[in-house]
Amino acid sequence: MGLLDPVAGLGRSGIGFFQRLGRAHLFLLGVSRGLGEALRRFRLTVQQIHSVGVLTFVITVVAGLFVGMVLGLQGYYTLVDFGAEESLGVLVALSLVRELGPVVAALLFAGRAGSALTAEIGLMKATEQLSALEMMAVDPFRRVLAPRLFAGVLSMPLLAALFSAVGVAGGYFVANGLLGVDAGAFWSQMQSSVDFFDDVMNGVIKSLVFGTVVTWIALFEGYDCVPTSEGVGRATTRTVVHASLAVLGLDFVLTALMFGN
Amino acid sequence: MASRSVEIIVGVFVALGLAALFVLAMKVSNLSTLQRGQGYEVTAYFNNVGGLKERAPVSASGVTIGRVVGITYDPKTFMAKVTMEIQQQYDQFPVDTSASIYTSGLLGEQYIALAPGAETETLADGSSIHQTQSAVVLEELISQFLYDQAQGG
Repeated sequence: MGLLDPVAGLGRSGIGFFQRLGRAHLFLLGVSRGLGEALRRFRLTVQQIHSVGVLTFVITVVAGLFVGMVLGLQGYYTLVDFGAEESLGVLVALSLVRELGPVVAALLFAGRAGSALTAEIGLMKATEQLSALEMMAVDPFRRVLAPRLFAGVLSMPLLAALFSAVGVAGGYFVANGLLGVDAGAFWSQMQSSVDFFDDVMNGVIKSLVFGTVVTWIALFEGYDCVPTSEGVGRATTRTVVHASLAVLGLDFVLTALMFGN
Repeated sequence: MASRSVEIIVGVFVALGLAALFVLAMKVSNLSTLQRGQGYEVTAYFNNVGGLKERAPVSASGVTIGRVVGITYDPKTFMAKVTMEIQQQYDQFPVDTSASIYTSGLLGEQYIALAPGAETETLADGSSIHQTQSAVVLEELISQFLYDQAQGG
């Protein structure tokens, strides 16, 4: 009896994990069913784009600017040893458009918007607002959750594009203004090396995937939380941790698929 | 009207995001210089293309006038077949134009340089360039140099 306790514990946590995974997928299915409604009543989605996207705007732009500037500095110090500082534009643009733009913007998004979404939905559950909606025959999936998912999926590529564009501008200011890299070489080498479909569009696809996953995790954690103040707090923490790990893991998979050959 | 101001802010946000994407497309990537299907295709056979890659520039007198769109190996002639697309506005190249593979700078990318010939007939879609000069392979150069040194000494 006592000997098998650890095995039983392992089995229990395994079953719990897969039950949670199953619930998460059923949840996603339920939310996806409401997406049509979110499209028809676009005002609800616009409201959510405001709280999910617009309020993440400032942190994304400021972070993008500094990341681009640091890339410019570090890249310059390395490239100048090889007399290749003209390639700085390529380095800054490719690393931003392919990787840092989608990934860092998604991490910021998970921290800023994801946690807020979880706390909001979790509190709605804890104060039984979701049950109240159901009592009034309003489907919370359609009325509350689907517009939020839709807003997250729409906002993420825009934020990532802003991050990359501001980052490239920051890199240019450092390169041209501070370090004296030739502006013509900076832009022309960048343009000849960055492909619109292979690099920019793949970045957009990445950020669409990240937006879906981060918003899904955030909404599910809120919907599935223990409806107490402690439970909401834990769910918020889990959102940030799980969403960040999911973004980093998925980024590896997507990069391997997109730039593999 | 709180909801109206929210809508306006969201509109500005979406417009800014799309503008950023537009900047990435036009200013950062090659979309502004890429005009696929707007030119005519010419093929050339090389003994060795070295490190030439697809999308490498095709230039004449240093001006980029096209792109390499395909590099394949021809098992019949045992040569590399390079397909390049030249912009339509430059359709006055004589048929005896020669193509050479050069390297930009010491470590730069390789590109194709076209040197016009003297014939009156001009290259058209599907025609091929007969006079080609392959890429310089560093190892061959060094071995040639050592061989000459040994001969001389």
